[in-house]
Amino acid sequence: MINDKNSQKIVDIIQNFARKHSLFVLAYGTGCGAIEIPPTMTSRYDAERFGIRGAATPRQADVLLITGYLTTKTVKRVIRVYEQMQDPKYVIGFGSCTINGGMYWDSYNTIKVLDRYLPVDIYINGCMPRPEAVIEGFIKLQKKIMEGRAEGAKHYKENLEWYRANQKKVLGPTTPHIQEYNW
Amino acid sequence: MDFLIKTLGAIATIIVAFIVGMLYMGINRKITARVQNRVGPPVWQNYIDALKLVSKKTSVHHGVMQHLAPAFLMISSMGTLLFIPILRGQSWFPNLSYHGDLIFILYFMVLGSLGMALGAGQTGNPNAAIGITRGLSQMVGFEIPWVMALVAMMIQYHTTSISDLMAIQQQHGWLMFQNPLAFLAAILAMLGMFRYSPFDIVGAPAELASGPISEFGGKYLGLMMSSGSIFAFTKLTLYVDLFMGGASNIVVLLIETFTLYLIPMLYGLVSPRYRTEQAIRYFWGWPTVLGLAALVYSVVI
Ligand code: SF4
Repeated sequence: MINDKNSQKIVDIIQNFARKHSLFVLAYGTGCGAIEIPPTMTSRYDAERFGIRGAATPRQADVLLITGYLTTKTVKRVIRVYEQMQDPKYVIGFGSCTINGGMYWDSYNTIKVLDRYLPVDIYINGCMPRPEAVIEGFIKLQKKIMEGRAEGAKHYKENLEWYRANQKKVLGPTTPHIQEYNW
Repeated sequence: MDFLIKTLGAIATIIVAFIVGMLYMGINRKITARVQNRVGPPVWQNYIDALKLVSKKTSVHHGVMQHLAPAFLMISSMGTLLFIPILRGQSWFPNLSYHGDLIFILYFMVLGSLGMALGAGQTGNPNAAIGITRGLSQMVGFEIPWVMALVAMMIQYHTTSISDLMAIQQQHGWLMFQNPLAFLAAILAMLGMFRYSPFDIVGAPAELASGPISEFGGKYLGLMMSSGSIFAFTKLTLYVDLFMGGASNIVVLLIETFTLYLIPMLYGLVSPRYRTEQAIRYFWGWPTVLGLAALVYSVVI
């Protein structure tokens, strides 16, 4: 009865509904885009009415919000933070810098395409995106979760070697080891 | 048969406490939002949060105590709840109250915090360690006026049983007016017990990354949240029993507990956070003086 496909479907719907309406966000303020997070969360745009609220530590978070360019030094920390988060977890890439490098395209110490290092579920484009766009992005993510398509974490686990190889290219010997998936 | 009814009643009590506590937290979030001129989440947001948290996978291991800490919290809050008469003179919510339960509750209420301190200590997170030291110091702060208020009432009426106190209030009127000093001291102690600002120094999210719970996510956090809401209801019911003569039916209980709940909530909304030593100095100031005065009053009268 419990392992029956239909009952699993009902459980999935309930779980996805809960996940969709309760997103704890860990905002990793790396780039200049981080300045748009406070207005998104506070009185003016009030993301809390969608169930989006800040989380204090990676352990409690569901969404990792990467707000802008990532230097190679930061990438290591971001990877560690991402791996400390508990499943199911999602990543939002915020600003053009996470999509293709943006205006740091030819910088010597930033990474360009975030998706090569961490599985990004939703991109929000713009340099920098306005709070309306951020909320729009969150709502897209909610839709994806409800449809069960926000599978970034699963993808990461399955293709860990590929991600690790990419991470190794920029991080060199300081790349986290595969065994240390759960910190 | 009696045993069965008692068990069912206990389960029903816990479920009611969970639902009501969660609802109060949700209303708190809504009111906070309205005060900050926001729309705010729906009042049932906390149920959704709890559902999500328990449906999260959790694979963090730091040691045995870390796994036990949420259980300690849960045991403490549910145990305290079961020792407190929920309604006056009704067989619906049976409880385990006996003579001397007030003293027992005094000790049992801190069990959760102590278990949590051990568990959070084992996670090895420095934020957790700072949070624990702050939490325990704050507890030392507010426990003194709280215990003084309770002892004042025990002296005044020569009983240590909550049901007896409730029965006495039936004849003499609410203790809130019989010994107003004790009531004031207990209310000021309640501000610390609820850990809303300005006394949210334990879990200060901006400063300590949520303190003791910083390494707990997923199901553990869900358990802590539920036990926190049960505990909130427990404390409010205890206050109603002690100072407002207990409630005769559930609607009255809800009105009275919510009115009491408004005190720490609204006080918190307009106050910024204290530093640790400020918080302790606060509790050892007027609340303790009031508690002492209540003691003197209860001896003299
Ligand atoms: S996308 Fe623009 S605003 Fe965002 S981090 Fe890059 S340069 Fe800064």
